[in-house]
This record gives sequence, structure tokens and C-alpha cells, in this order.
Amino acid sequence: MGLASSAIVQTVLTGAALLGAISGMLGAFAVLRRQSLLGDALSHAALPGVCLGFLIAGGRNLGAVMLGAFATGALAALCMMLIIRRTQLKTDAALGIVLSVFFAVGVVLVTVIQGQGGAGSLGLMTFLFGQAAAIQPADLWIMGGVGLVALGLVLALWKEFKLVSFDPDFARAQGFRVTLLEAVLTVMVALAIVVGLQLVGVVLMVALLIAPAAAARQWTRSLGAMVGLSALIGAVAGAVGALISATTRGLATGPVVVLVATAVVIVSLLLAPGRGLVWQAMAARRAQARISDGRVLAALQSVARDHDDRGHRVARGVLATALGAMPTPARLASLERRGLIRATRQPPDPSPHWELTEAGHAEARALSGAPAEPSR
Amino acid sequence: MIAEIFASIPAMIVLTGVLTGSSAAILGTFLVLRGNAMLTDAISHSIVFGIITVWLLTGQSSGPVQVLGAALTGVLTVVLTEALARSRLVKMDAAIGLVFPALFAAGVILISIHARNVHIDVDTVLLGEIGFVWLTTWQLAGVGVPVAVVTLGVVLVINLGFVLLFWKELKLASFDPGLAAALGFLPGALHYAVLTLTSVTAVAAFDAVGAILFIAFVIVPPATAYLLTRRLWLMLVLAVALSVAACGLGYVLALRWNVSIGGMMASMTGVWFALALFFAPGRGVVAQAMQRRVMRLDHDCRALVAHLFTHAGTPAMAEENTLRALVSHLRWSEPRARAVVLRAHDRGLITRDGGLLVLQPKGRAEAEAIFGR
Repeated sequence: MGLASSAIVQTVLTGAALLGAISGMLGAFAVLRRQSLLGDALSHAALPGVCLGFLIAGGRNLGAVMLGAFATGALAALCMMLIIRRTQLKTDAALGIVLSVFFAVGVVLVTVIQGQGGAGSLGLMTFLFGQAAAIQPADLWIMGGVGLVALGLVLALWKEFKLVSFDPDFARAQGFRVTLLEAVLTVMVALAIVVGLQLVGVVLMVALLIAPAAAARQWTRSLGAMVGLSALIGAVAGAVGALISATTRGLATGPVVVLVATAVVIVSLLLAPGRGLVWQAMAARRAQARISDGRVLAALQSVARDHDDRGHRVARGVLATALGAMPTPARLASLERRGLIRATRQPPDPSPHWELTEAGHAEARALSGAPAEPSR
Repeated sequence: MIAEIFASIPAMIVLTGVLTGSSAAILGTFLVLRGNAMLTDAISHSIVFGIITVWLLTGQSSGPVQVLGAALTGVLTVVLTEALARSRLVKMDAAIGLVFPALFAAGVILISIHARNVHIDVDTVLLGEIGFVWLTTWQLAGVGVPVAVVTLGVVLVINLGFVLLFWKELKLASFDPGLAAALGFLPGALHYAVLTLTSVTAVAAFDAVGAILFIAFVIVPPATAYLLTRRLWLMLVLAVALSVAACGLGYVLALRWNVSIGGMMASMTGVWFALALFFAPGRGVVAQAMQRRVMRLDHDCRALVAHLFTHAGTPAMAEENTLRALVSHLRWSEPRARAVVLRAHDRGLITRDGGLLVLQPKGRAEAEAIFGR
């Protein structure tokens, strides 16, 4: 507990949680609009901006760095628009070009700063892989301010963002300025990246944007809940990752945060009710069981109908022939337990027989989709 | 003579760059055409995990075991990504963005933990160390050849051989995967073969240019070539030539400014792309703007001959068929009116007779065609 109460750790944890929450909130829209890789391209493209911020401010100044990152991120988005509109190159080629060329320019600028030496180059590496421990108390104000702006925009334009995320064509038909709204959303993705750089760095920023949203999506179908949950997961991943990396020597924050977020994604993909893989598998097995029970009942009913005898006792071999194979004893026992069939004997024959109960007849009819019989 | 070349540090650095660029561009051509360029992004990030894992398991930091073992991670990334997208729990773009950062992060953490023993550090992952490729050499026929040059040379031969051998199939699968599948050419298998080779190339190039700059060599030169030609073989040759030029010029500039060599080489591919984007003959942004200007002028020329034709021989002709009337009656701006008159004059549609604009036979014919006479 002594650790958590120290002022430095509190600053780092608050900052990390704040950054994670902002990225998670804005990432939800990027994921819904299938712009995850835009986030990747813009975050790599922020590197030259980070370096320019360093060069101009002459050291690690969060405001200058964020401004620079935002400027080159916006320039990258414009370049991508130019490539997509004016050439026949596919979107993914445009993403790859912008990502790699901006990053290459950034690498060149990194060596320029390293060539100058001094404290500047030390602070720079924290923006490549993130170093939550480098968060200063004064930085919290900038992060909080950006977070408030982002939250304000999301709340003010909630209806518009919702519409543009799910049905941009309908939004356009309704007279919303879709291009402008999409531009605002892209700017907000850039904003999320700029804010998150401190925590996870340019290379892994895409994960902080996508992972919380992808995890949140599995648990809910409502946009409000998804955005909220995504922000929460982002905050938790940020705080936990920052704590682990701050207490382990030489471990950059970014990779730890990303692995924590990825763990949340894996759990969500497996276990989320309704969508998760485990849930799906269980549901599939339940459905199979239901269908198989239904087939047993239908076969028994069909044999009974052929003999025009509702209480007809069906021999083992007859049932196996009708179904193509003998149902498992467990299945028959379960049907009997549910009162749908009854095991009997046909006296001269020593082998077991089965007959449908009235409840079994009703269930078989219900499964076949026929209207219920008038009760006798 | 040969030994001298291989002993020359600048020659080896540029040669490493050229081999990386050529191997990458050969495969990148088909990735860009097929629309899979961003899978390179995923592969080149996640091989970091493969490289460190193979090193931890076998203790080998180069050689075929390392290259193939680490390349498996790249292929694994693609398989995982496609499986995740197929489960329909997340979309394809999010699947890419979930899988490779996780593997990359795991790789970086493993490097940090074993930082004292491992030959790569976190900087190398991003930037590569093309300036130091000459440090580790193998003796081949009595000549010390850098390991990176040998590895990348072998990779280049394999890539080139693969592309030449399956040229027809690759061409068909790139432009019409449906037809390729119908004809039994297994475009899916080819797709994985290209991605496997991309993965192998990424691992071989890792020490030289790092994980991320490699993406530039795969995507940017082929995309640049695509802006310049529509012939597949020419696109491939151009892409290789562009990356060779980028490596040479990048090295010179990096020395002059004392900056990252790999970064400068990759930046030069970006410069070529920007030049092609703006100045490509016929398709560049500038050519498009000029074409639009000519089309606008020609459209105005049609309006001009129609105007002149309507008023020719009428009492209002002296007033209407003048430059001033174009400005005051058609409400064209003065420069626009002058440009249109010049263009129409150049095309032999009109002549000037004092202040009067007079239709030539060619202009009269165009006007009659407009009015359907």
C-alpha cells in the first residue's frame, strides 16, 4: 500500500488511466467505422511530429510534442485522402505508404536528435514504446484538458456520431454533413493517438485504440455501453500496465499495456455471453441436443402413426432403423426423465421397447411445427 | 578485386540496401496489386516475436534456422488474423490491429527481459543497423562476406525464382482470383506462398532495416511503379530500379547529413512516390489538373462557337461577337474569356477581324454539330 500512496505513483496511475480511457472511448468509433488501421497509420505518422516537437521545443515538452504529433498526423490523413482520391491505388496501399514513409522520416529525425545528444534524446525514446513513469504532474492538466474536449465532442455530437458510425448513407440522406462528421471523427482518432503516445508509444498505439473497443463490443449491443465499457477497459489496462512497468526495471509501458489489453480481448472473445466462442460452442451443443431429442420423438411418433396406435411400443431395432443409428442410452434416459417417453416391454419379446407419452406426443407435434391437438 | 569490394564498408552497406529493396519490391508488386499491403505491416511487426523466440530456443541469431523459424511467426500472424476475421467477432481491420501488436509487444518484452544477453536491443527493432552489417562476416571462397549480404542474396534468388516460375499464375491470381481458382491455379496457396516469402524476407532484412522500415521497401516502390505503368513486368522492373536508386541516394544523403542510413533510404522511396504522385505523365496530380483545365477550355470553346454562330449575320453581331460581350453577356471573367479565345484561335475555330471574332469553317462545323444541323 505504501507504493500506491506515493505521489509519483499516483500521478503515473492517474495519467495512465486517463490516457487509456480517452483512447478507449475514441477507439470505439474507429473500430465501428472499420478504421482501425487508419489509427495504425496515423500513430506511426506521429513520429516525425514528435521529433519536430522535440527539435523546436529543445527538449521534452509535452505540449510541443503533442502539437507536432497532431500536425504530422493530420498531414498524413490528408496525404492518404490525396492518394485514395487521385490514384487507383487501393486503400491499404495508401495506408502502408503513409505509415512507412512518415515513420522513415521520423527515424531520420530521431537520429538528428540523437546526434545532438543531451537530455533530449533520452526523453525521445519514451515516445517510441511509451513510458508512463515519465508522466509529470503538469502533464495531467494537458491530458485532462484533451480528455474533456474529446468527451464534450462525443456528448455534443452523440446522435450524429452514432448515425455516421452505423449508417452513413442514411445520415447523408437525412441531410447530415457526413463528410464533415467523418473528418471530425478522424481528427478525434488523431487526438486519441496524440494523447496515448505517452503511455504506449507510436508503434503500439493502434492496440490501445482497438483492443478496448473490440473487447467491449463483445459484451454489449448498445453504443453507449460499448463506449463506456471501452473507456473503462482502456483505463484499467493503462493503469495495470503502468503499475507493472513502473515496478519492473527496464520494462517499457507500451508493450505491457498492450498485453494487458490483449488479455482482456482474449477473455472477451472466449467468454462474452451471446457472442463469445465458448458461449457459441455451448449454444451449438445445446441446439444439437435439442434437435437430436426432437428426432427421437419424431421417429417414435412417425412409427406410432404408421401403426395408427398412439401407444405403439417401438422395438429397439425399429427405432434404430428409423433414426439410422441407435440413440445413446443417456439420451433415452434423459427423455424418459423428462416424461416424454416410457420404457416398456412387449411380453413375448425380451428386448426393451419405448412408447411416447402424451407429453411426448405434444412435444413431437410442437417440434414438427404442427398446431396443437385438441386435448382429449 | 572481388575481395576489395567485399571489404569496402560503403559498398557493403549499399549492397545490403539494394538486396533488401529488390527482394521486397519483387514480392510487394503482387501484394500491392492484390490489396494485401497492410498484411506486410502485420508480418513485419510480429516477426520480432519470432526472432527473439527462436533465439531463446536455439541460441541462433542468424542462419537458416533463425530465418525460417522467425518467418513462421509472420505466417502465424496472417493465419490468426484471418481466423479471427472469419469468426466474425471482429472485422478484418480490427483483427489485423489486434494480432500483430500483441505479438510485437510480447517480442519487445522478451527483448527487454533478456536485454543483457541478446544481440538486439529495442532501438534495433525500430531502426535496424544497416551501418553495422559489415561487422559480422562469413568466409566464402576466402573472401569475408557480410552475413546479411549472403542471407539477403539467397532470399533475393529465391524470391526471383519463385516469381519467374509462377509468373503466369501470380499474374492471373493478382488480377482475377476468381478465374485463377476456376482454372485450378490455387490462388489461396499462392497468396500464402507470397506471404511466407515476405515473412522470410522481413526476417532476413531485420538486422539491416528493422521491423518497420521494411514496410516502406515492400509497399512504396511497387506503388510508385504502379503510378507509372500498367504493364506488370515493367512495374516489377521499375519497382526494383526505384528501390536501388533510393538505396544509393539515401546512403549518400545519410552520410552528408549524418542521419540514419536505413531511415534515409526508406525516406527516399517516399520521395519517389511523391514525385510520381504529382508528376507521373498522364496520371499524376499535375497532369490531371492540366487535363481538367484543357477540358474546361474546350467546353468553353463549344459555348463560344455556339454564341458566335447564333449571332453571326444578325444586326447584333457587331456587339455580340466581341471579347467584351463574352465578359458582359456570358459573364466570363476577363482572363477566362481571353484564355478561351486564345484556345479557340489555336484550334483554328475562330479568327480575329479587328475587334470582331469570326468563325472559321472548322468552328462553323462544330457549331452546326452542336445545333444538330
